[in-house]
Amino acid sequence: GLLVTTCGLLRHRPGGGGAYWVDSQQKRYVPVKGDHVIGIVTAKAGDVFRLDVGGSEPASLSYLAFEGATKRNRPNVQVGDLIYGQFVVANKDMEPEMVCIDSSGKSSGMGIIGQDGFLFKVSLGLIRKLLAPKCEIIQELSQLYPFELVIGMNGRIWVKAKTVQQTLIIVNILEACEYMTAEQRKQALAKLSGN
Amino acid sequence: SLSPGDTSVLAGLYGPAEAKVSKELPDRAALEVLLRPKVGLPGVLERSREQLLRQTCEAVILGVLHPRTAISLVLQVLSDAGSLLSCCLNAACMALLDAGLPLATLFCGVTCALQPDGTILLDPTAQQEQEARAILTFAIASSERKVLMASTKGSCSVEEMQQCLVAAQRAATTIFQFYRDSVRRRYSKC
Repeated sequence: GLLVTTCGLLRHRPGGGGAYWVDSQQKRYVPVKGDHVIGIVTAKAGDVFRLDVGGSEPASLSYLAFEGATKRNRPNVQVGDLIYGQFVVANKDMEPEMVCIDSSGKSSGMGIIGQDGFLFKVSLGLIRKLLAPKCEIIQELSQLYPFELVIGMNGRIWVKAKTVQQTLIIVNILEACEYMTAEQRKQALAKLSGN
Repeated sequence: SLSPGDTSVLAGLYGPAEAKVSKELPDRAALEVLLRPKVGLPGVLERSREQLLRQTCEAVILGVLHPRTAISLVLQVLSDAGSLLSCCLNAACMALLDAGLPLATLFCGVTCALQPDGTILLDPTAQQEQEARAILTFAIASSERKVLMASTKGSCSVEEMQQCLVAAQRAATTIFQFYRDSVRRRYSKC
């Protein structure tokens, strides 16, 4: 038989064979293979780095899992750095493992996230909304100020704009998007661009 | 935060998080329940209630999906005007729902007070609890209204217990409808 285990909205995608899934709102992340996440380096243990990804265990990242890394040419990763990578091993029985290269060996945007910027945490539901194709929130924000944005599936977002004040404004809008409706958001952005 | 009448309990759920090596279980999640009374330090009564809550929650949480992790449930009593244990059970279930933890079934808590003349009162106040001959608390599951936990204080006959159980199962339907409405309100904002 079929058992529903989480509460949420039942969604249906008619394309292909059709798919049904339950869309639930959570804040706690559980590592899933293939997810792109932002991790914080907590320790260097020999050849692997330990990263905090917000799950129940720290993930491991080998120093060879970067583009162009060899035994002689090690990546410059310090404790406290932010890394954007994806999971290659993530199940309930083993410690999760991350890499910063994709299957062809290219980094495709993954790796160490640069200096400055601001990291904050939101719920997983908001992340899925932001990562949906043609997300209105991101388009409207990009008309406000230019900024760099990294979204991790573990609920973490990193933002960097030209000045600290602009960065904080974008952070506050993204955090508030969770509870605002579309009209309230448009009003808030109109007020800010008017200033 | 859940309050039937004037009894109010605040529940917070954390997990699945990293477990201490001494507490982790190799095949399932380790559940820990902490019940803090409104005044004073937690005593023996709180400890026994914590164990009842823990065993009920362990029966519904699918712990095998998260081995070697720890799930912590913290309950703070804000006000107590009777039926405290069933209020804690309801708060615990809503916290589990809100956190999105995988559950096999929902559960709710119902308290019955058996008065000296034999009538059954549901969700008694503190005054009614004092006067009652026996107080029975049941944790009822949402699938087929099965009994997950039964706790009795005082003495009653087997038939009276059966009658209280039937009344509690009927009352459980109202509580599950309340869960559904609360969750619907929450998801309507998405």
